[in-house]
Amino acid sequence: MPEEEVFLQGNEAVVEGALRAGCRFYAGYPICPSTGILETMVMRLPEVGGTVIQMEDEISSIAAVIGAAWGGAKAMTATSGPGFSLMQENLGYAVITETPCVIVDAQRSGPSTGQPTLPSHGDIMQARWGTHGSHSIIALAPSNVQECYDLTIEAFNLSEKYRTPVVLLSDGELAHMRERIVLKDLPIVNREEFPKGPVTFPLGEELGGVSPFPTFGRGHRTHVTGLTHTIVGYPSESIEVQTKLLTRLIGKISDNRKDICKYEVHNPKAEHLIVAYGIPARSAMELVTERADIGLFQPLTIWPFPSKAFRRAAEGKKSVLVVEMNEGHIFREVERHACRAGVEEIELCSKLGGGIPAPEEMLDCISAMEGE
Amino acid sequence: MENFQIYREDRWPHMFCPGCGIGTVMSCFQRAFLNKGLDLDRTAFVSGIGCSSRLAGYVYADSLHTTHGRALAFATGLKLAQKDLEVVVFTGDGDLGSIGGNHFIQACRRNMDLFVVCVNNNNYGMTGGQVSSTTWHDYLTTTTPKGNPEYPFDLSRVAATSGANYVARYTTAHPKQLVRVIEEGLGKKGLRFIEAWAACPTYYGRYNKMASPVEHTRWLKENSIHIEQMKVDGKTAEDDIDLQVTGKVTIGVLRDADRMSYLEAIQR
Repeated sequence: MPEEEVFLQGNEAVVEGALRAGCRFYAGYPICPSTGILETMVMRLPEVGGTVIQMEDEISSIAAVIGAAWGGAKAMTATSGPGFSLMQENLGYAVITETPCVIVDAQRSGPSTGQPTLPSHGDIMQARWGTHGSHSIIALAPSNVQECYDLTIEAFNLSEKYRTPVVLLSDGELAHMRERIVLKDLPIVNREEFPKGPVTFPLGEELGGVSPFPTFGRGHRTHVTGLTHTIVGYPSESIEVQTKLLTRLIGKISDNRKDICKYEVHNPKAEHLIVAYGIPARSAMELVTERADIGLFQPLTIWPFPSKAFRRAAEGKKSVLVVEMNEGHIFREVERHACRAGVEEIELCSKLGGGIPAPEEMLDCISAMEGE
Repeated sequence: MENFQIYREDRWPHMFCPGCGIGTVMSCFQRAFLNKGLDLDRTAFVSGIGCSSRLAGYVYADSLHTTHGRALAFATGLKLAQKDLEVVVFTGDGDLGSIGGNHFIQACRRNMDLFVVCVNNNNYGMTGGQVSSTTWHDYLTTTTPKGNPEYPFDLSRVAATSGANYVARYTTAHPKQLVRVIEEGLGKKGLRFIEAWAACPTYYGRYNKMASPVEHTRWLKENSIHIEQMKVDGKTAEDDIDLQVTGKVTIGVLRDADRMSYLEAIQR
């Protein structure tokens, strides 16, 4: 497909990314600041032969998306804080049934109704641990409109490759911000179809933990259940089966960190390092372009956290400053890896309330650390 | 073996209690499905959580055993992604009427092209017999030890008034009639709702003085009245909404409409 330069909102860029990735089903429920995705999908998806439905709530939205995925469609839903809370149970269902799908969370301030149109990063931990039970998840965080487009495609690709739900953590600022971007012609990954005939043999383990996908309606006669199940899909209460299942589900993500984890490093030789994702990474970039002594580590993949890459980036640093629009969701993750990398000064610059951390605030934090 | 024409033989024996009405529903569904000559490879089964939702796992076809109450929402997505696939939903009174109540009325309102079979046994069987949204007033369950202070939903009337194209109810003491309405419903478009009012001797029966399958089945028969008979008796359909008024549940085809289905509406 030809590349095109356009002027889009973050929400619209997510839609364009989804369409390029091959998304053909969307189910959603109106909720600010993600509503623009639903409205844009209603206009755009039928143009490419896809189907959109506004469901009765966010629980049914993600349920319909998972159902559509089993029908063979690349499928997506989008929501914000309260809706993301409602989706948690079915997010876990997608994990255990290994259903490829994409969930966009345009984060707003919470808890509860909070600030419907202001940005926040309060759902970082919820994306990781919101659904019950031991599991792995992939979550990506864009910091500008271009990344909204790029990472939506990446989210679909990872979900198809690893047969897993992928969460795209956007926010209220990105959702509504308008920027000039390029609709790049990025590589697209499609799920591998299960060989013809019924599902009767354990393909998953032979293929590094990810089995080809037995799409419904093609004679695979597959049984899919949220219960602990054997490799052919039958329910089981055996401790051994559950251990094997969870080990494989967690392993297929954590063993492939190298492939999954995306990040950016700026000013690698600087003595101070800022860790920032989402919109604060933009503020940090301003600082980094002006100051050679300050570097930036921006995880594009939040979960699994790119720990090895971060440790490499943190080695020899005088200080590490984590900037977050929450009370420090990835701070402890960064802290333990920074400690292992031998960094002594590790601080959190936390901004609550819906405001975006300014470069000066980060600078103040770094100065304060130096002054101590 | 005739019994396994549509069911998974390698999953036998099934988990249902002796005397449970779900076995009757399985058998009736198989007969209707075979009579209709439908293709298992082009039919998908979706269910939620509960005893009746385990049905999906016994059919030798693509089946999605989902989360509690949400089967209709999953089924909606599946149907819209593969519009020529026949999508059948197996559910129960707790799954459909209680936790999934909103999805139920919304799917009926949309007249979504789904075939829904609800096994209504008036209580939560899987968890040991708690009160559900269809437990009768004053009846005993483990969570209503002094009798149910609430009044039950009439699931079929909810479906009919919400806009489902085809609504029929029979008890598991009416297997022939159940086969007939399942067969009739399978040939229609839009949302088709079959309520199979079923015996649960293990819990609902045991707590309410009908512990044997025979007693429970007799109770179903004695407490149901055919819609045509009601007309003869000069009673209006509203009479049975409060089950304590007539003491009878209306059975028969309660709605047979030809409203435009969801798929027809979006494909115009």
